[in-house]
Amino acid sequence: MKKALIPLGIFIVLVVFLAIALTRDPREIPSPLIGKAAPLFSAPILHTPQQQFNSKDMLGKVWLLNTWASWCVACRQEHPILVEFAKTKTLPVIGLDYKDKDADGLKWLDRLGNPYDLSVVDRDGRIGIDFGVYGVPESFLIDKAGVIRYKQIGPITEEALRDKILPLVRELQK
Amino acid sequence: MKYWLALFLALQCAVFAYAGEATPLAEDPVVEQRMIAISEELRCLVCQNESLAASRADLAQDLRREVRELIKANKTNQEIRDYLVARYGDFVLYRPALKPLNYLLWFGPFLLLLGALVVLLRLVRRNQRSAAPAPLDPAQREKAQALLQDPGLHS
Repeated sequence: MKKALIPLGIFIVLVVFLAIALTRDPREIPSPLIGKAAPLFSAPILHTPQQQFNSKDMLGKVWLLNTWASWCVACRQEHPILVEFAKTKTLPVIGLDYKDKDADGLKWLDRLGNPYDLSVVDRDGRIGIDFGVYGVPESFLIDKAGVIRYKQIGPITEEALRDKILPLVRELQK
Repeated sequence: MKYWLALFLALQCAVFAYAGEATPLAEDPVVEQRMIAISEELRCLVCQNESLAASRADLAQDLRREVRELIKANKTNQEIRDYLVARYGDFVLYRPALKPLNYLLWFGPFLLLLGALVVLLRLVRRNQRSAAPAPLDPAQREKAQALLQDPGLHS
């Protein structure tokens, strides 16, 4: 009788593993950059291209780097949440306009609202590659020491903001 | 190799057709061949079942450009792979590195095979044991002797 239960046991274990796998998103590839220093970059600012933004200037602050683009569909879904979030002035939000035309990016922000303290342009996607970006939107929470503490792959949702990002921001800002 | 180069060039043409800007094609065939050899072993992160060499995704083109530039900067193949792993993780490698985190991935199948062998061996042993006739006790032996010597049986 006991022996007969062994295949059933194996089957149940298999089903549990498969069920867990179903709840996971294969497009979410864990970033090796979490817990490591964010790559330093310097790039022109979208609204004032003659000026450069240097990510070194953000040392000492907890900040959010949000990659977006005017051609990105999922960014539209995320945008209203970011606009609302920016009103709370919780932390500086820097946009990275990824592989976009500057004019399109400016138009997009004019129409949908600008949640960013400033946006920098990454016209050829090089900064994106340094951050391991493989799809927009992606967001990086960077601490005072310039270390990436959290990466949101895909749009920031209200749940992700409430349950993951905000508690971590509070902790990091202490 | 020639076939891949041709395929790659064909893909480039197709891509540039809608990108609308002419970029010089494969100015250095040696660089191009090395780039393809390296990127065939790498996974495109956007379309995960395609190699970086074969993918037409925008990101794959950018990454091929990076690989090309790293080759021109005299980096070794290993350095180029490390560059991509540092950004995208082990997931970009079609042949994951042999390190503790990946041991289960590498040796898991052999463990399963070993387990199956152990089960098989035990089954075979048990079958052999039950197939061997049980030895007779003295009373049975006597009865057998009596039966064998019974002349009536042969007549």
